[in-house]
Amino acid sequence: MTNELVIQAENLTKTFGSFTAVDAISFSVRKGEIFGFLGANGAGKTTAMKMLIGISTPSAGKATVAGFDVSSEAEKIKKNIGYMSQKFALYDDLTVKQNITFFGGIYGLSRAQIKLKTAELVEELDLKEVVNQLVGALPLGWKQKISFSVSLLHNPKIVFLDEPTGGVDPITRRQFWEMIYKAANNGTTVFVTTHYMDEAEYCDRVSIMVNGKIEALDSPKNLKTQFGVENMNDVFLKLARG
Amino acid sequence: MKRFIGFIKKEFYHIFRDKRSLFILFGMPIAQILLFGFAITNEINNVDIAVLDHSKDVTTQEIINKISASKYFTIETFIEREADIEAVFKKGKIKAVLNFEKDFGQHLITDGFATVQIITDATDPNTANTISNYTNAILQNYQQEMNKNVKLAYQIVPQTRMVYNPELKGVFMFVPGVMTIILMLVSAMMTSISISREKELGTMEILLVSPLKPLQVIIGKVVPYIFLSIINATVIVVMSIFIFRVPVNGSLFLLALESILFIITSLSLGILISTASATQQTAMMISLMGLMLPTILLSGFIFPITSMPLPLQVISNIIPAKWFIIILKGIMLKGVGISFLWKETLVLLGMTLFLIGLSAKKYKIRLE
Repeated sequence: MTNELVIQAENLTKTFGSFTAVDAISFSVRKGEIFGFLGANGAGKTTAMKMLIGISTPSAGKATVAGFDVSSEAEKIKKNIGYMSQKFALYDDLTVKQNITFFGGIYGLSRAQIKLKTAELVEELDLKEVVNQLVGALPLGWKQKISFSVSLLHNPKIVFLDEPTGGVDPITRRQFWEMIYKAANNGTTVFVTTHYMDEAEYCDRVSIMVNGKIEALDSPKNLKTQFGVENMNDVFLKLARG
Repeated sequence: MKRFIGFIKKEFYHIFRDKRSLFILFGMPIAQILLFGFAITNEINNVDIAVLDHSKDVTTQEIINKISASKYFTIETFIEREADIEAVFKKGKIKAVLNFEKDFGQHLITDGFATVQIITDATDPNTANTISNYTNAILQNYQQEMNKNVKLAYQIVPQTRMVYNPELKGVFMFVPGVMTIILMLVSAMMTSISISREKELGTMEILLVSPLKPLQVIIGKVVPYIFLSIINATVIVVMSIFIFRVPVNGSLFLLALESILFIITSLSLGILISTASATQQTAMMISLMGLMLPTILLSGFIFPITSMPLPLQVISNIIPAKWFIIILKGIMLKGVGISFLWKETLVLLGMTLFLIGLSAKKYKIRLE
């Protein structure tokens, strides 16, 4: 892990009418870090993330992602990031291979690169049997692993994961996190939102959002010490209950 | 560009893997045109009529022969008394009675006019109306032939000549309407469903985060449907020419251009609908209730606009299909060119630009 900062947010704010969804948050993320972005439902996590990935314009404050400004250089940011949303997002009526080809294509990979990547993924995820099957027929855990790999196809500097492990069993979650570690070891920064507090323990650092504000930001270990509790769950409960 | 082609390819996978959209795209047009062409028609064939001839002279005999020779009527029976008229109607088989006055032929020569009463069974008003029109046409025709042989015309009659569709073929009227409805359905409904599907499944978000520009995403979604609509329009025109013998009197090239214009109008309507709906279900409901129904009812496809109450006539002006049907009828049946249709074309073009502008604006707002 280096000290190069790949995400920097300063007083980033988003208001919808009189409602402030994200209230002047400031934080930074280092290259190769696994950054956990926690918060209760409606705390503003997804809104904050949407500003960082360039599909929502901040109302105030500023942020840079991969060195580009989120308000004025969103198009450049999009080339440098991967994104996996909380809704599962491959095409069910396309085969695994067609999905990989399609997403590789829209990120501008050449035909040879796509072929190489497909072969790599088949090897890595053991997809040989299913590569020509429709994605809709696969179990959720597989879909999510493939979806994550697809978001990494173009070797993005940062990958944003919005509640990637919702609804899957603990074993698959474990495997999923192994993939996240592998990506981080390869130098990809991982920005992940989650509801699962055990997953928070896997992060290098976590921030906890309450009502649009970041109330705590540190490594899981330091947070537990700071709040004098045994696990992240208790940290979260203490903060969320005020 | 390469990204774009990949996108379109993906769109075709969606269409060809989904049996429902395939059916709507290709089954529906063929089924509809056959249905409207063969079954739902206001044409009449071999209608049974009765004749009450008080005159029984050469003239009435000639007229009766003429009517009986046409394929529209079969003279089922001759009756002798006025009192029988009601009796034959009550039996239900006879749809009309022709009642020639006494000394019909002589009146025509000496007085210059003679009367024949056409009594129709108006329990089915449409058929009754058609029967009376057809009979009139035959009488008129006879009169013209008669006047040709004499130097002095016996009678000045108001001409109710039936132009453009002298045989009153129903299918001629239906083809432009069906074509309009199908293009509307394919272009507007299918695009709005396919765009809102991406929203519903969450893939739209992924596409917006990708380096593809929002405009590219929309154009990529729309282009396949332009292709399919053009294929559909071609199928309909070919079917109507070869199965129903509907003429295309005007320029095929103009017909193609106008059809593409209307396809684009419908597509922009589809995009507009998709910006307002988050799920496929909503998109479908809005398309069907908000688009198809007014199009079918108010475009002049089934109900003539001139016989609508004034407020509806005014509303019909904002229905793009109304203008396209006028254009289609103009090109196909009347054989007129752009010099007669520029006004309608301009209206359609204006609507298209307005709709594109509006949906672009709404689409941007949604991205915020």
